[in-house]
Amino acid sequence: MAESLVPDSELLADEITTTAAEERISVATQWQLMWWRFRKHTLAMIGAVVIGFFYLIVIFADFLAYSDPSASEAQRGLLPPQPIQWMDEGRFDPYVYAVTGRRDPVTFKRVYAPDPDRKIRIRFFAPGFEYKFLGLFRTNIHLLGVESGKAEDSLFILGTDLQGRDLWSRLMYATQTSLTIGLVSVAISLFLGVLLGGLSGFYGGIWDTVIQRIIEILRSIPTIPLWMGLAAALPQEWDIVAVYFAITIIISLIGWTELARVVRGRFLSLREEDFVMAAELAGCSRMRIIFRHMVPSFLSHIIAATTLALPAMIISETSLSFLGLGLRPPAISWGVLLQQAQNVQSLAISPWLLAPVFPVIISILAFNFVGDGLRDAADPYGI
Amino acid sequence: MLAYVVRRFLLAILTIWAISVLSFVVIHLTPGDYVTSYIASMSASGSMVSEADAAALRAQYGLDQPIYVQYVRWMGLISQGNFGMAMEWNRPVMEVIGDRLALTIVISLAAIVFTWAVALPIGIYSAVRQYSIGDYIFTFIGFIGLATPGFMLALVVMYIGFTYFNANVGGLFSPEYNDAPWTMEKVWNLIQHLPVPAVVLGLAGTAQMIRIMRANLLDELRKPYVVTARAKGLSEMRAILKYPVRVALNPFASTIGYLLPYVVSGSIIVSLVLSLPTVGPLLLKALIAQDMFLAGTIILMLGTLTVVGTFLSDLLLMWIDPRIRLEGK
Repeated sequence: MAESLVPDSELLADEITTTAAEERISVATQWQLMWWRFRKHTLAMIGAVVIGFFYLIVIFADFLAYSDPSASEAQRGLLPPQPIQWMDEGRFDPYVYAVTGRRDPVTFKRVYAPDPDRKIRIRFFAPGFEYKFLGLFRTNIHLLGVESGKAEDSLFILGTDLQGRDLWSRLMYATQTSLTIGLVSVAISLFLGVLLGGLSGFYGGIWDTVIQRIIEILRSIPTIPLWMGLAAALPQEWDIVAVYFAITIIISLIGWTELARVVRGRFLSLREEDFVMAAELAGCSRMRIIFRHMVPSFLSHIIAATTLALPAMIISETSLSFLGLGLRPPAISWGVLLQQAQNVQSLAISPWLLAPVFPVIISILAFNFVGDGLRDAADPYGI
Repeated sequence: MLAYVVRRFLLAILTIWAISVLSFVVIHLTPGDYVTSYIASMSASGSMVSEADAAALRAQYGLDQPIYVQYVRWMGLISQGNFGMAMEWNRPVMEVIGDRLALTIVISLAAIVFTWAVALPIGIYSAVRQYSIGDYIFTFIGFIGLATPGFMLALVVMYIGFTYFNANVGGLFSPEYNDAPWTMEKVWNLIQHLPVPAVVLGLAGTAQMIRIMRANLLDELRKPYVVTARAKGLSEMRAILKYPVRVALNPFASTIGYLLPYVVSGSIIVSLVLSLPTVGPLLLKALIAQDMFLAGTIILMLGTLTVVGTFLSDLLLMWIDPRIRLEGK
């Protein structure tokens, strides 16, 4: 037999390592087990890094932008992205060529030509427009800036939009808006989902029937027409903040159903568990049973479901703003930026307006991967 | 079985009622009404509307009544097949909607047919050849499809069509058929224009379907009856297609219910980008003009159609899956 050929000592060593590994697993906490399992999911790990990167942009949007996002100038509308020259005379010294624009006498389009004699030096941690960092203190330091003059007039990494506003800087602010609006809507959905799903799953009976019917009805309604109707009802004179919160509420009014379904399912399966019965016999109050015994055992599932719900929220906001029914200018979000890319003619002339498509797709992919990884890791005791 | 059908039918009725209330309330949330925006647009073009004219307009459309009276009146009109007047167009709502509703259905169905036709074979392939190169490629494309909102895909398709093929991929008809009466040529023209919107609309759903089909089939393939079938010497093709695929297909059918609202929703916004003559662009215009009869009717009809489609898919599911048929007994 093959096994008898293996020296005894090696077998023994093998056995010891397995017991050590088993020991490690058996004393690990639930969250440790989940982390080990999540770590094995390569795509989810990559996704987590990407999301971390996106939220850094959310925090440091002012710092990463180098131009005032609302500084417009018709004289530089639809300027194409400037290629950055990284090296100058053998040294690392990034610069861009100054751009001169004129109107084509035949097509009446503005055409831009780089001026090879005028180099605009790019400087790191350079002063620019003033902002309040994290709402704490005033500063004017930005990651990028130009050596002399204003960045608003000379630096356009991703080109400009129709009103001559710098697309890169606007994209930074759009990321901030779009990714936080998703978080706020998912928080509201989570609250509704846990409350109604919990009621439905824990009490059952008439509560369950009514809430389940409401969920079924909401799920069978095409959401976009309904959202459009609700969003169109927002008064035109509302300011950005009010519209922002109204949109999050509209989106989460329908988004809670999936979370409620998950919570209800967990409650139903846990209600029959021995430890719940034991807690009940020990005379625990309802609230204590729910929050001390049941919630911790399905918290991980809720986190996974929440992560998977986020992309849908982001898509909803982007779609509504794209239609002009969501956030309205001067608010800046991915959807608002894409509004300028609505017709083919402007796209064909200035394809860089499509740039916001990439962060949308990448962030949604990343959230999906992380959500998948979390869902697999949520039940670390399963196979 | 009958209990199941009755239960589903009652739920469908309840849903349609809820949709009618929702769509009506939605329209009334808007501050002001059609007359307010009519006055605004008239004064923008230089002509004035007197107070008396405004009151007369309100009375004509019943806008001066309490909201529940307006709802009951609206329902009463609908039960007679009269959906009211599209105020902005000064024509009956049904006349304004015209072919658009039917075209919305055609596009949605085309998207679902595309989803099925693509997801089924790829799902089976991905499950049977798990972790092969093909599986990875399809999984990757699937993820991209899932992460791309339909309207963005539409934008990209438009851009590619315009710059590389110098063709306008939007629209559902060639220009000469736009206002032509329905003939065989027009239908053929429509079919030729269908693939682009169908693919754009169906891609996200297809990605989801592939994943569902793959997961279901993987579960089935591990079951002992498949081993038995192989051990008895069934050909691989037969061992897979005869039973496991059939079982894996059941949840597939039930997802039509979820897919349909999703596709109809998507068609609204994709239509705007691809300039398709569906109810989508009309709805947006009506909402902006606060033309409540038109907007309300469109939301109501879309909702109703979706519910009817879901109900039919439930019946289909019952027909395919004997377990559901027996549950009610």
